[in-house]
Amino acid sequence: MTALLRRAGQTLLVLLGVSVLVFGVFFATPGADPTARIAGRNASPQTMEKVRHEYGFDRPLPVQYAIMMKKLFITRDLASYANRGERVVPEIMQAAPVTACLVCGAAFIWVTVSIAMGTVAAAMKDTWVDRGLMMLGLVGISIPVFWLGEVANLVTQNRYHDTWLFSWVPGLGYVPFSQSPLGWLRALVIPWTVLAVMFIGIYSRVLRTDLVTLAGEDFMRTARAKGLSPARVLLWHGLRTSMVTFVSLFGMDFAQLVGGGALLTEVVFGLPGVGRLTYRALTTLDLPVIMATVMYSAVFVVLANAAVDVVYLFLDPRVRDAG
Amino acid sequence: MQADPAIPLLDVRDLCVSFPARGRMVPIVEHVSFSVPEAGILGLVGESGSGKSVTAMAIMGLIDTPGAQVSGSVRFRGRELVGLPPRQMRRLRGRDIAMIFQDPMTAFTPVYTIGWQIDEQIRAHERLSRTQARARTVRILGDMGVPDPERVAGRYPHQLSGGLRQRAMIAMALSCNPTLLIADEPTTALDVTVQAQILDLIRSLRGTYGSSVLLITHDMGVVAQTCDATLVLYSGRVAETGPSGRVFGHPGHPYTAALLDSIPPLYGPRPDRLPAIAGAPPQPVERPPGCAFGPRCAHVHAACTTAPPALAPLGPGHAAACVLPAEGTPLPPRTPAWGNTCP
Amino acid sequence: MSAQTQPASPGPWRQAARVLARTPSAIMALGVLGVVTVACLLAPFYAHTIARTDPFQSTVAGTIVLDGHEMDIMQPNDNPLHLGLSPIGPTWRTTYMLGADSQGRDVMARLLYGGRNSLLISAGAAITCLLLAAGVGIVAGFFGGIVDTVLSRIMDIMWAVPVYLFAISLSIVMTSQQVRLGPFVLRADSLSIPVMIIALVYVPYAARPIRGRVMALRQAEFVTAARCLGVPGWRIMLRDIVPNVMTTLVTLGPLLMALALLAESALSFLSLGVQAPQPSWGTIIQDGEGLIYTRPMVAVAPGLAIVVVVLALNILGDGLRDALDVRDGGRRP
Repeated sequence: MTALLRRAGQTLLVLLGVSVLVFGVFFATPGADPTARIAGRNASPQTMEKVRHEYGFDRPLPVQYAIMMKKLFITRDLASYANRGERVVPEIMQAAPVTACLVCGAAFIWVTVSIAMGTVAAAMKDTWVDRGLMMLGLVGISIPVFWLGEVANLVTQNRYHDTWLFSWVPGLGYVPFSQSPLGWLRALVIPWTVLAVMFIGIYSRVLRTDLVTLAGEDFMRTARAKGLSPARVLLWHGLRTSMVTFVSLFGMDFAQLVGGGALLTEVVFGLPGVGRLTYRALTTLDLPVIMATVMYSAVFVVLANAAVDVVYLFLDPRVRDAG
Repeated sequence: MQADPAIPLLDVRDLCVSFPARGRMVPIVEHVSFSVPEAGILGLVGESGSGKSVTAMAIMGLIDTPGAQVSGSVRFRGRELVGLPPRQMRRLRGRDIAMIFQDPMTAFTPVYTIGWQIDEQIRAHERLSRTQARARTVRILGDMGVPDPERVAGRYPHQLSGGLRQRAMIAMALSCNPTLLIADEPTTALDVTVQAQILDLIRSLRGTYGSSVLLITHDMGVVAQTCDATLVLYSGRVAETGPSGRVFGHPGHPYTAALLDSIPPLYGPRPDRLPAIAGAPPQPVERPPGCAFGPRCAHVHAACTTAPPALAPLGPGHAAACVLPAEGTPLPPRTPAWGNTCP
Repeated sequence: MSAQTQPASPGPWRQAARVLARTPSAIMALGVLGVVTVACLLAPFYAHTIARTDPFQSTVAGTIVLDGHEMDIMQPNDNPLHLGLSPIGPTWRTTYMLGADSQGRDVMARLLYGGRNSLLISAGAAITCLLLAAGVGIVAGFFGGIVDTVLSRIMDIMWAVPVYLFAISLSIVMTSQQVRLGPFVLRADSLSIPVMIIALVYVPYAARPIRGRVMALRQAEFVTAARCLGVPGWRIMLRDIVPNVMTTLVTLGPLLMALALLAESALSFLSLGVQAPQPSWGTIIQDGEGLIYTRPMVAVAPGLAIVVVVLALNILGDGLRDALDVRDGGRRP
């Protein structure tokens, strides 16, 4: 219980730190007036004055920070100037489910595929199957996700779209699940796969290394000495123990992706998630939107990490007692 | 299931194990032969690296390093284990031959409870329900002197003390009533007081479970307290073998004698310095052509350096791989400084 | 075993080099990296002498001579009505080998010039990041206590912002206007901006294994021995810790450069890295995005270049890790 409380305290501290960091990046960088950035390009002096007053840029930094946090999290009335005063926070809330759908599906793919790949490679250690799978994983890690997305589009939308293989692929964009579950699935399958490729590479390699290291552990020898089958030793003793590391990695990556790390995939596939919202704001230099998405994603990452730590407690009895 | 008493429970003949290293085969265990009778306790003694553990792993069929070679014969109740198909070997492991390991800290899978892991072994070999298996687990844990066995069964390995964990380990090994228990340095990682308790427990197994024990240790004292027969390994070869009383009273191999000298005497005046054996055992790749102990032996002479000496009989069941007895200059008998508790 | 028989055992670096020399995949990776680097360094030679084009000049109205025929660089589209214009596709000759981009510039020449920027930025970022991370990691790991707590918390905080979002935030602030850091003024199109941004966002990633290694070393017996002899802390740090951390740093190097190259291309793809008219592999992919269905080569070629180089770097990193026997080689975020 004290472990949980201490963890909560740490989380609050990191949250505070993250908000200060993001605020600092956007408003406290030397040699630039944040007013002009918020107001957007070619703003009139009146707008500039209004912005300066609204955000308190004529007051000390801590006050500016307080005003910004209030606008973001309490009154939630941070408005975009470049985009005719659209409220930023509701926009993010609208985009979040799309990102969540994209990331959850990809996560499902990468977890299942990488567990299969890593386990098979570890079981067949030093054979050509192992080497082949691990090389495949390395290639996956080395592909820029946005480029892979473009190539996937080229193949499925254009070159081979008219063959039986890809004729089911709909045009770019998103179909809400509530509107058509099948359409939703078809719109997301390719983005899921593309987003999952890099993580499949990372996770299968990490898992394989972990399993191979574990194979030399005493408890694996004990398990074999008990007369268990090799499959049971590998899965119930090896894989179950590796899951502790696996889950902690997964928590980090999943949180970062939901928090906006899937930006490039969303842009390439035209999915209206948080990432594309950020991207659209980038092209118009809409600073409030960018800052809000970054802030929200960081907050989400911190909270998700805290959640992962709780899961961790359940997975590893040693950590449970150490607190 | 009682076997013919003429056939020993475990009979190892000419066991050789070699591992590939740097493109060639390095022999780790060479021509090791011994047998364990029904309800007998054999002590396998040697320094670290002498091939004790490899011998045990070879008997259990647990050597899976790619390219490793195991030759010779290991007969368990007359059944050949070397070359036995993995599936049949697996059925034997844990049910007929069980093993306990040196470090109880790392020998349990950290993420499962002790009870779960013992249940797992029982259910791997016998058709029992979860509750039946758990009942047996709790009973055996109790038999092993674990206080409040039901609670201990529900605990994770890291929550128990070393002694309790080793008791749990022995309980797991005994959970399917094995006829042979291989104990690989079961007390090395424990406190001295706990060591004595665990040794008592192992000794008592013979009476309560009728198990034979192959006790692997580097500690002559442990052997003297526990074992009927002793086998001394040096650099992968048998140096001396025989009933513990004979080996301790009339060591036939200078190495055995030196090992015995290096035990502090329990009675009488303590020497200022314990005699130590100068030098270190040879690396398996650099074994001399003659007696492996030659470079460290006080009695070394020309006859020792040509070929490894054969085992020379010294008495009933007692033999030493040394040229001295055959040359008519055997080592003098010793007055056992250590009370041998086994008949 | 052999170390005992040899009079003097070779140092860890020599030994690692020997192991590496016996690893065919690492040798191949080094070879590929070498070829790509040399090719990119020869970019001006290629552009002026072989391709005879100016990769920075828009030549939408230009023509080239192919097999004796004079052809427009901007070709009519393949659609039935021949509406619109597309740049010329791959000719597989010296001129416009991989075709032209939407401004009629030679893609192959731009690829080589872009490679210079991409490699320069990623190598620069990797080195800068390593230096920063080594500083943070060594100080945190060596002093421990409150220093370690504060530094680790700061790393946690930076870690909490998704890497690309962090980089994007920094870029948008720095590339929209010039940045004044004391006496230094960074122009918005300076290549050192992406270098600094990428180096900064990956510091937590690299600092963590370094800190772990230093903490392990601090407990090592030779450090305890030096401490007992009364050797001052800074001397232990320089003489005992730093040389032993070098293996970790060297192993992280190629992996960080691989990450930096991916990050650079992503930033450039979002127009936040290398600024026009300077090419980089990321910006060329962005140029090719609009042509992806008509002239896919423009986007595909630089992407392949990235994949090849990043793969080679990763293989090299793996080889180094095995050769130097570094356990905590870290992982990518």
